[in-house]
Amino acid sequence: MKTLALLGALALSMLSPLAVAEEAKPLRIGIEAAYPPFAYKTPEGNITGFDYDIGNALCEEMQVKCQWIEQEFDGLIPALKVRKFDAVLSSMNITEERLKSVDFSKKYYNSPARLAMKAGTALNDPLVDLKGKKVGVQRASIYDRYASDVFAPAGIEVVRYSSQNEIFLDLAAGRLDATLADAVNIDDGFLKTDAGKGYALVGPTFSEAEYFGEGAGIAVRKGDTALADKFTAAIAAIRANGKYKEVQDKYFDFDIYGD
Amino acid sequence: MIFDYNVIWENLPLYLGGVLVTLKLLLIALALGLAMAIPLGLMRVSKSQLLNFPAWLYTYVIRGTPMLVQLFLIYYGLAQFEAVREGLLWPYLSDATFCAILAFAINTSAYSAEILAGSLRATPHGEIEAAKAMGMSRAKLYRRILLPSALRRALPQYSNEVIMMLHTTSLASIVTLIDITGAARTVSSQHYLPFEAFITAGAFYLVLTFILVRLFKSAERRWLVYLAPRKA
Repeated sequence: MKTLALLGALALSMLSPLAVAEEAKPLRIGIEAAYPPFAYKTPEGNITGFDYDIGNALCEEMQVKCQWIEQEFDGLIPALKVRKFDAVLSSMNITEERLKSVDFSKKYYNSPARLAMKAGTALNDPLVDLKGKKVGVQRASIYDRYASDVFAPAGIEVVRYSSQNEIFLDLAAGRLDATLADAVNIDDGFLKTDAGKGYALVGPTFSEAEYFGEGAGIAVRKGDTALADKFTAAIAAIRANGKYKEVQDKYFDFDIYGD
Repeated sequence: MIFDYNVIWENLPLYLGGVLVTLKLLLIALALGLAMAIPLGLMRVSKSQLLNFPAWLYTYVIRGTPMLVQLFLIYYGLAQFEAVREGLLWPYLSDATFCAILAFAINTSAYSAEILAGSLRATPHGEIEAAKAMGMSRAKLYRRILLPSALRRALPQYSNEVIMMLHTTSLASIVTLIDITGAARTVSSQHYLPFEAFITAGAFYLVLTFILVRLFKSAERRWLVYLAPRKA
């Protein structure tokens, strides 16, 4: 009994300094900075974008110090699981599939999925008109999953890339016929650039909740609901106090939150 | 967490398709590379600066830059220029498989040329003198004596180059090809199981390496037996 009490005291004394250390440690957030306008690099090499600004606003709201860690998109969840960082704030959509391995905060934005193709392409039914064509998607993204499940069985060739920027390069070069991606990302990262001249958003809006979920949320390790709830509360807070709108207006001229 | 065999089992066709892509890339690149390496190797041992210098520059530039950089230049870099996109070669250059094979062939040709050149330089003088004494012309000397014996003696080094090339083909997954590594990346990202996905890829490479090593061992036994240590 005495030993047990002693052990307990020992455990307690060891826990408390740890708890203090935990408080001072910065919150590490994973991000892929190749997804304009949500996250990209300035010519000086600094990360910037909607995700980055929202993240910093949330950290300020939660009164924690945040440290950004870069990682390619398909490595974000694995790195989160092995504790290279504590949260992922990188335009990651909340999906059933991902909820199996991570937990999410509530959404912080929701923008639709669209196809980008040569301007003037007539596209009534993508599944029919795209047969035999090449569609580029970012590996492990919700667009990849949708394209693999819906496009590929219809005879559309799905080509997977590590980053959306490489897809835009190959679309402009003519190696791809189309890309399925976030409409905002296509508009800002491609159509508004020189390379995107002559291309446009075509066809319908894809919004099947089964694939595209309710929007992008902040991913945390499975079971870390305390952190997810803190993010959810902070999102509500910055939406209420106008900070969210301030960041949104910097990048978009429409409501990106979606309802 | 336990090893999830099921995911690997379900994706086995993807991996086997990957093995075929890897082998296709490797074999075509090696064949083209070797075909380029023989003239390059001969140029590298030539006393004429006109022949020697271009070959030296080629092997120096190719061996002096990383394979990944070369692949990016060929695949993404060339596509940047409108002249290339509208040129005659574009139907080929727009194809990821072609770009990967081209990059790999260029790369291996430079290394193989240096291996061959080294082997040519190490030809015993006695063999050359004997050939000259027989009255062979220079062309005949190269065809009958120098090249066959240099190619044989280059085998052990060349087997290393082949294995390195096998491992280098994993870069093809970066330009959208689904080789063994590409299959692993697909499985890893679809199921969030990087350990299972890549250890399987590693196992496939190990098996392929083992087969290549055995093939070269038997080739050496056939063509290099006269250089083997004498059995007691």
